[in-house]
Amino acid sequence: MCGIVGLLLKTEPLRERLGELMVPMFTCMAARGSDSGGCAFFGESGDSPWRRFNLYVSDRQYPWQTLLDDFKTEFDGKNGSDVRFQTLENHAVLTAANDPVVVREWFEQRDPKVHLMSVGRNMDVYKDVGDPVEICKRFRFAEATGSHCVGHTRMATESAVTPVHSHPYTAGEDFCLVHNGSLSNPYMLRRRLEREGIRFETDNDTEAACRFIEWRLREGDNLQAALTTAFTQLDGFYTLLMATSNRICLVRDAFACKPAVVAETDEYVAISSEFRSLAHLPGVAQAEIFEPKPEEIYSWRV
Amino acid sequence: MASVNQTVQLDLANQSVREVNQFLHQDFDDGNAHYIEILHPDGNHSIGVGLDADADIDIRGHAGYYVAGMNRQARVTIHGNVGWSVAENIMSGSVRVKGNASQCAAASGHGGLVVIEGDASSRCGISMKGVDIVVGGSVGHLSGFMAQAGRMVICGDADAGLGDSIYEAVIYVAGKIHGLGADARKEPMSAEDVAAVTELLEQAQLQHDPQKFKRIASARTLYHWNADVEQEY
Repeated sequence: MCGIVGLLLKTEPLRERLGELMVPMFTCMAARGSDSGGCAFFGESGDSPWRRFNLYVSDRQYPWQTLLDDFKTEFDGKNGSDVRFQTLENHAVLTAANDPVVVREWFEQRDPKVHLMSVGRNMDVYKDVGDPVEICKRFRFAEATGSHCVGHTRMATESAVTPVHSHPYTAGEDFCLVHNGSLSNPYMLRRRLEREGIRFETDNDTEAACRFIEWRLREGDNLQAALTTAFTQLDGFYTLLMATSNRICLVRDAFACKPAVVAETDEYVAISSEFRSLAHLPGVAQAEIFEPKPEEIYSWRV
Repeated sequence: MASVNQTVQLDLANQSVREVNQFLHQDFDDGNAHYIEILHPDGNHSIGVGLDADADIDIRGHAGYYVAGMNRQARVTIHGNVGWSVAENIMSGSVRVKGNASQCAAASGHGGLVVIEGDASSRCGISMKGVDIVVGGSVGHLSGFMAQAGRMVICGDADAGLGDSIYEAVIYVAGKIHGLGADARKEPMSAEDVAAVTELLEQAQLQHDPQKFKRIASARTLYHWNADVEQEY
């Protein structure tokens, strides 16, 4: 089992309440996965010149200041970059205009314990091992604002339980994916992608799906084409929930054994593994409620 | 003879599902009519599983997986939506869902009546063995898969793969069928079929024209192995 949740808010006033509305969805689904938890939040879209680099370390007393001072010394002023950062226990968001490849390499050399979890202009990713309810409190999910988010509570059935193995997985920029299920050919996908020069961070099956779909999108496929190819290439059971800076997208495999339920109103689209985690949402009694069909692409724009 | 109503309220906000179920598993066979109300189900799983009681039970809210599984005798109403496998392996009595049901509603049910007033998701009535099912809305893919006995009435549409590998169960559909499964076929409605649909709609208290239903049953071509068919694996 695992739990997945997603929420896309269609109206401006509700976007102030993204965190408040998603927290009960997320904590309810903690019952489906108590190993690890995580969530990707998307702030207001728009073309920010700055990239947001989300960093993770396992040590909650990590001396961020030293690291970030060094980063500033190295990068501030380069490419017109005005480096900013905010930290929250073992998580930091660094805002800068620098090339993600250069930034990643710099962190890897400076301190391998620091993991670059996500890169994007609108996306912040929080994830860790442990009780999802505690993770939700520690990273103050309730205070989040923005247009959409996707979250995951994990009960590992294949690879290890570590922070990098927890969901959401990210690839490229402003792309993330959460998964309930298990793939039977992740190593085949992985070998295929490694030939394209794509680097993996874990041995997890979801990472293969995430990098495969992001690779297709980067190669010029639209979402429809990328996912239609994914249906033929991913073997196994999956409910996949993806997010980009301006949409969320949901698909299930041909058998659709892994659960998903959608509730849509004029104000929001909410997705969860189980209806009970949507029951608190405003106006849910009048929502259009359905379970997505196998191999059908459901996509909602912000 | 049934005497005074014994009304009991159980609140899942204060009691565990196990405590509630242990209460429901007591011997109710005392000649009294029993009415039990369960409050704050909040999507919990396995509420009212294994009932064997001459009792009316109202669950006030949304229930999770397996609600009223293996039911005998009891008449259970869920005033909300339910998760996977509502009334799984029901033996007798009735289970009514006022909202929608997730996958595998009434799976492998042997007897009794299951009514879903809203939509049922995929695999509704999978491997049913004698239960009657009435769905007020539509059903998802692979409903009636390997259904062995019993009747399923679908007032809305049916998704792909309806009645795949069906045995002797019969499915009636009022709406659109988005594809039949292997060995399922459309058959003419007889007077008995119309009478059966009329009776089941009455029991379910749903208003639909019984004449509008189509009959889906087994073509029985999978009953015996046919070595002459070209097999490709």
